[in-house]
This record gives sequence, structure tokens and C-alpha cells, in this order.
Amino acid sequence: MERMPRRNRGAEFRMTSIAKGGRRRSRLLLNYRQNRLLYWMLLPSVIYVLIFNYLPMAGLAMAFQDYSLTRGIFGSKWVGLKNFRDFFTGIYFTRTLSNTLILSLLDLLICFPAPIVLALMLNEVQALRYKKVIQTVSYIPHFISMVVAAGLIKEFTNSTGVIANLVTALGGTPKSYISLPQYFRSIFTVSQVWQTIGFNSIIFLAALSGIDQELYDAARIDGASRPQQLWHVTLPGIASTIIIMLILRCGAIMNVNFEKVLLLYSPSTYETADVISTYVYRIGIVKQKIGYSTAVGLFNSVVSLALVLTANKLSRTYTDSSMF
Amino acid sequence: MKSGNKIRDGASRRIFLAVNAFLLGVIGFCCLAPMWHVFCCSISNPGELARSGGFHLIPIAPFSFDGYRAVFGYRNILTGYLNTIFYVVFGVALNLLLTVPCAYVLSRKRFLPANAVMMFMVFTMLFSGGLIPTYLVFVKLGLIDTRLSILLCTAFSTFNMVILRTGFLAVPDALEESARLDGANDLQILVRIILPLSKASVAVITLFVAVGIWNSWFTSAIYLLDRGKWPIQLFLREVLINNSQKSLEAGVKASAESLATLVKYAITIVATLPILCIYPFVQRHFVKGVMIGSVKG
Repeated sequence: MERMPRRNRGAEFRMTSIAKGGRRRSRLLLNYRQNRLLYWMLLPSVIYVLIFNYLPMAGLAMAFQDYSLTRGIFGSKWVGLKNFRDFFTGIYFTRTLSNTLILSLLDLLICFPAPIVLALMLNEVQALRYKKVIQTVSYIPHFISMVVAAGLIKEFTNSTGVIANLVTALGGTPKSYISLPQYFRSIFTVSQVWQTIGFNSIIFLAALSGIDQELYDAARIDGASRPQQLWHVTLPGIASTIIIMLILRCGAIMNVNFEKVLLLYSPSTYETADVISTYVYRIGIVKQKIGYSTAVGLFNSVVSLALVLTANKLSRTYTDSSMF
Repeated sequence: MKSGNKIRDGASRRIFLAVNAFLLGVIGFCCLAPMWHVFCCSISNPGELARSGGFHLIPIAPFSFDGYRAVFGYRNILTGYLNTIFYVVFGVALNLLLTVPCAYVLSRKRFLPANAVMMFMVFTMLFSGGLIPTYLVFVKLGLIDTRLSILLCTAFSTFNMVILRTGFLAVPDALEESARLDGANDLQILVRIILPLSKASVAVITLFVAVGIWNSWFTSAIYLLDRGKWPIQLFLREVLINNSQKSLEAGVKASAESLATLVKYAITIVATLPILCIYPFVQRHFVKGVMIGSVKG
């Protein structure tokens, strides 16, 4: 009962403010008066995001400074693009960039399709009990902490681990694979498949279950074989999900699973294992070269942003799906 | 001709199904075996285990629970465990306290700047200041070496907020309207109407946040200096990755090297078991939790 007159007052208020020209602000003010509590409920998260997400973005200014912790961002000397020049001309640029890209491309080629294949395989299983068990079991590696997973990977690939035992049994000489640079990428990628295949298949399984069964019936009546059904019904049915996941994945190309690299690498494998983000960690947090490491990190973030925007645009141009 | 085709089709289909089931079995085995191996080692005979190495799908008799007894005897491990529980409980509470109201507000059509705020939030998923500037914010706020820093790291997740918001949007407007006519305010609408109808997505988000905090180690590694505040994962890292016995030293000094191997496995089980026990129960909600996140916001 009380609300009606208040609304009318609002309309009047709006009319006069249009005349004054401050339309947007007064509409906002009016909206605030009517939904005070909503605005207050939002406040904590907005403050949080401002401090912990946007303040660091402002801190990116350090990338253009010879930053000193004691003098702070306002007292430190501005050096223009010196930090970037140092990075691009130094020996670490090519090494960390190529390591990042290679690990990412391996991930894109092997770890990305693996859960799709698993979902398709599970989709064919007719014994529902069996399907359920395999699904449940396949999630386990996702829930094991990175520290434990890395510990297991180290144990299995050292000179007395499972892999070494297998090699011995086949007549080879066992080595400590995890400490040799030529094996790092394979170990990283294979273990990544193990960690992600089950959990990442959930979304594709859900998409598969959303395909209209009548499409299969129609295809069968038209004489389509099983592989033809897969190609013409199943894959188009989950294509939009695949594309969205692919866009997300492309945006993360510069963000190799850096916590895992950090746990698995050692100076002896830096040659193939050191990626941009681990390099940023070493020089920034360990060696405290703040300005320089911020510049390297900024380079990484900008390339990431460009990649995700490009992937999204491409997808919007060539298909119907896009993220935003 | 036609029926012949059908029979051949049937046979090849059966072979396909058998091969498929077998391969799935292999995948399942690969996912289960490593943790099973850890469990078997953790109750094996310490002396034999240290000598044999390799992979064990059956514990080496005679069984020994010395590993577990030792784990709970170590002060560090106990401290780490309690710290982790503290971080999970308060971290999850803080996270929900920030994420849920935000998702609710942004799902209301009455809220005029919803789109603008949404863009403000989603932008942080595309671009970030990165590791070093974020670290410096913590340094400048005097959060280094405080428990609060660990809670704040995980206090809000834009991604989870977007998922929850999509879930909240699915609740029919009519329910809210009638509650408002009855004089309910937004807090009441959220707690009495929206949340009970979005149990599944809230449960999944809670589980993901809890698991994330339980398993996290990197933020603690850079923000915490005092070992007394370390979560269990950092002690695990010391034992598993750096192969240092430092975490264990404080306990039994005279512990043989073989016992140390056993403890390594026991500690892994103790740190992982809570999560492996919980996830199967929330599992059936995963699909929903993951799916709604993928729907265009």
C-alpha cells in the first residue's frame, strides 16, 4: 500500500531531473533510495575487488619504474620502457616464452581433447553402474592437492620409481627422469592429462546428455552408421560447449599451471621447465627485483588478454558461440 | 543381405563395447592406483618398504601402523592440520559472505547498475595486476605473516559469483514479488527464498572453495613466514618435494630412515583423506555446478 505513492513521487522526481539534465545520476539516486539494502549488500565485494584486483592493476605502474620498496610507488624513479627492454634483450626472454608456449600447446593438443574423448567413451557405455564407477574414480586426481600430486610424480619418475622399474624390466638403463630437462615436458603433459581428464569431462558429458535422442532415431532411419552418427549428430551437439571451453583455454595459454611447474622443476631442468610465471616468481618474490618482474608479468597479462579477446572474436565470426 | 549386415554390425558393436569398457577400466585404474599405492605403502612394513621401493598394490606384510602413530606424534603436522582446518572454516565462511550477496544483488533486475558492476567484476577475470603487484598490496597493507592474509586471498571469487548469479537468475521472479508484497526485505528474500532454491549450486561452490583452500600452498608459501601458521600443505611440501626431514625432526629424534619413508605416505593419506571422503557425496551436483557456469552470463 505504501509503495504506490512513493513510486509516483519517483516519477515526478525523474521528470524534473530530465529537465535539469542530470538524468542518469538522479535515476541512480532514485534506484538507491528504493533499493538501499541491495546497494549495501554489494558494497563489501566491490571494496574487496577494488583493493585486491584493481589496486594491483594500478600497481602495474611499477613496471615503468626502478621501484624501491622503501621509496614506494610515488618516490621511485621512472625509467620508461627500460625494464621491458631488459627483458626482451636478455637471455631469459626466448627461453621462458618458448617454454611457456610449448607446454601450453602440448596441453592444448593433448590435455584439451582427452576429456572429450573420455566423455564420448563413457557415453557409449550401456552398463550405467560401470559408467558411474569409472566417472567417480576419474575425479580423484582432481581432488588430490598439487603438492601431493607433484610428490607422486616425483616418486614415480625418479631413478627407483615405477617408470625406472619398467625401463629396467625392458632391458634399458633407468634414469632419474624428473631431473633431466629432455623429459620434463612429457612428464608434465602426461601427468596433466591424469589430473584433468576426469573432472573436465563432466561438462562434455552434460552436453552429451542434452542431445535430443530423436536426432539419433532420425539418423538411424536415414541409414547412418555409428561413426556417421558420431560425426553428424553427437559432435555438432556438443560443438558449442567445445568452442566455449576452447576459448577459455586459449585465453589461458600464457598461464601454464605454474604452481605445478614450481613444485616439479629444479635448476637442472630450468632449460625446458622455466616458464614466464615461475621466472616472475623467482626474480620478483625471491630476488625482490620488483620493477623488472612487474614488467615481465605485465607482458604476460597483456598477451593473455589479447589472446582471449582474439579467440572470442574468431569464435563469434565463424560460429554462433562466444563468451561475451 | 540386409539381415546379414545387421548381424555383422552387431558383432562389431559388441567388440567395440568390450574394447571401450576395457580402455575405460584402464583409465579408471590409472586414476585410482597412485593413491591406492600411497595407502598400501603407508601401512606396509617400514624396513621392507625402504628396501624394495617401486609400486605397491598390496601392502607389504607384516602391516605396521607406526607411520600413523608417528604422524600424530609430530607437533608440526598437528599444527599444520589445525591451521588448515582454521583456514578452511573461516575462509569458506568469508567467501560465502562476500560472494553470495554479490551474486544476489547482480541477479536482481531492480538493481539499476547491475550491468556496469558485472562488467567491473568480469574484467578481473580477463586481466589482472599479476603476482608481484598483488603481493605488494599485501605487503603495504601489513598483511604479511598474518592469518588474515590467507583468509583474504580466497575471500571472493568472480568466477563463483558468476556461477551463483546464473543459478539465482533461474528462480522465478513471482516468488520474490509475492515475498516483497508480504513486506520481506532483500536479506530475507535471499535467505528464505533464493538460497533454499539454489542449494545445489551453493553446495558445489562451497565444496570447491573448501577443497581449494584445503589444497592451496602457494599463497601460504609467499605470505606466511612463521611455521606456526603454516597449513598442512606446506609441511607436506617440505617432506614430499624438498625431501627434508625438518618437519619431522621435532618429533622422535631417533626415528630410523625407514620410518621416515612410512611417515611420508601416512602424512599424505592423512592430508588427503578428508577431501576424498567428502567429494563423492557432492558429486551428483557437479554437473549442475559446472554447467550453469558455462551458460552465457
